Amino acid sequence: MSHNVPAELRYSKSDEWVRTEGDELVIGVSDFAQDQLGDIVYLELPKVGQILAPGDSFGVIESVKASSDLYAPVGGEVVAVNGDLESSQEAINQDPYGAGWLIRVRPSGAEEELLDAEAYAVFCADRAH
Amino acid sequence: MLKRTPLFEKHVAAGARMVEFGGWEMPVQYSGIIDEHTAVRQRVGLFDISHMGRLMVRGNQAEEFLQHVATCDVSAIPLGQASYGLLCHPDGGIVDDIFVYHLPEEYLVVVNASNREKDWQWLHAHTEGFDVEIVGRSDRWAMLALQGPEAESILIQAEEPGAGSLSVLPFHGVALSALFGFTTLVARTGYAGEDGFELFFDAIHAEDFWDKLVELGAKPCGLGARDSLRFEPCLSLYGHEISDTINPYEARLGWVVKLDKGDFVGREALAAIKAAGPTRKLTGFEMVGKGVARGDYPVHNLDGDLVGAVTTGMPAPTVGRPLGMAYVPTALSTVGSEFDIIIRGKPVRARAIKMPFYKPQYKK
Repeated sequence: MSHNVPAELRYSKSDEWVRTEGDELVIGVSDFAQDQLGDIVYLELPKVGQILAPGDSFGVIESVKASSDLYAPVGGEVVAVNGDLESSQEAINQDPYGAGWLIRVRPSGAEEELLDAEAYAVFCADRAH
Repeated sequence: MLKRTPLFEKHVAAGARMVEFGGWEMPVQYSGIIDEHTAVRQRVGLFDISHMGRLMVRGNQAEEFLQHVATCDVSAIPLGQASYGLLCHPDGGIVDDIFVYHLPEEYLVVVNASNREKDWQWLHAHTEGFDVEIVGRSDRWAMLALQGPEAESILIQAEEPGAGSLSVLPFHGVALSALFGFTTLVARTGYAGEDGFELFFDAIHAEDFWDKLVELGAKPCGLGARDSLRFEPCLSLYGHEISDTINPYEARLGWVVKLDKGDFVGREALAAIKAAGPTRKLTGFEMVGKGVARGDYPVHNLDGDLVGAVTTGMPAPTVGRPLGMAYVPTALSTVGSEFDIIIRGKPVRARAIKMPFYKPQYKK
């Protein structure tokens, strides 16, 4: 099964994506991640103002069958949280890179080791069967 | 090497996500667990359950033998009816939960896939002194479950005119019929908390049978939905709510134990447990704090002591919020009692609620 891996994004090995928008970074979970989990029925996201270090758990998304911790691919301050998701978690499944965005961060500069689209696609292919 | 049912190719062709379950390669989902779960609650879903064990118990003392090894009153099962039962160890722990179907001249016993070998050995270990024969049918027969309010109307279309009368088959009834021209044993039993049927027929027809049911509108459903569907009416799953180290009274399955029917394996221990009362009980709960409890998560009392564990927990699709079942001390098992579930290292408050969470819609 092939998954969508937009070329302009960067990806963590825990399946989060990062998009640069001016001074801020937008973060969500990849198409591969939402497909593995199934329909998202529950999520916990951080509060605006929370400070994250790379690798920190910043929340959880859950389907009927599984929970998945969310790990910060970068360090920084949470400046926005996607409030629309509270009433429509399915956006994460249907549009993981668009309406399914999770948080916006003002970066501190610290980052996890992130993959480009090509490397992430290979990483997913190695895991999927 | 994982085992495969006769329908393996069908599942793969339908795009199922395959997973390992009890040594078998089985479909966990096709279109999605919520989609499949909802289809069964509102219309009809089709499950391949050929991985379960099927045994025929025959001979002059088949009934006496089963009466000796099972906790239910086998002598009270009329011809053409089935009963849920338990096989218990001498200490009262549960070997397996089973269904016993009373057929002409013999009994069909269905056991969990994960316990096929264990139950085979255990039953054979107890045949001494009984004129009984146990024959395996797990390979020769395939088994499907058709569950949901529209299951009956699909089977009526499948049934050969004059072959039977499925519309009047009562809950837990079992009868021989012909569906799509194939000889089929049809039982009005299931594991979804809905009206439905379990179908037994020659495995050689499995793919054909599957296709014809799908053509009539049955939606393929996997083990993911099977689990969420049984969870809401609080049906037990072996290895979770019941096991070798759990007795029926703890599991709230005392109703399946007929102490007065005469002697059977485990009777003495079970009578003592019943008299003393179990020290822990299976308890349904809802979350008070924010979080989803899942199987094996620890349960603490409000003083912070470890007192039990979750057996199954998930966001319940039909009921619409995270729920769970856990073993807690009997004192904490009453409705309204509060305890904490440890979720990712933090205590999250939960409260005991009535079971079942979803009222089964069986045929009356």
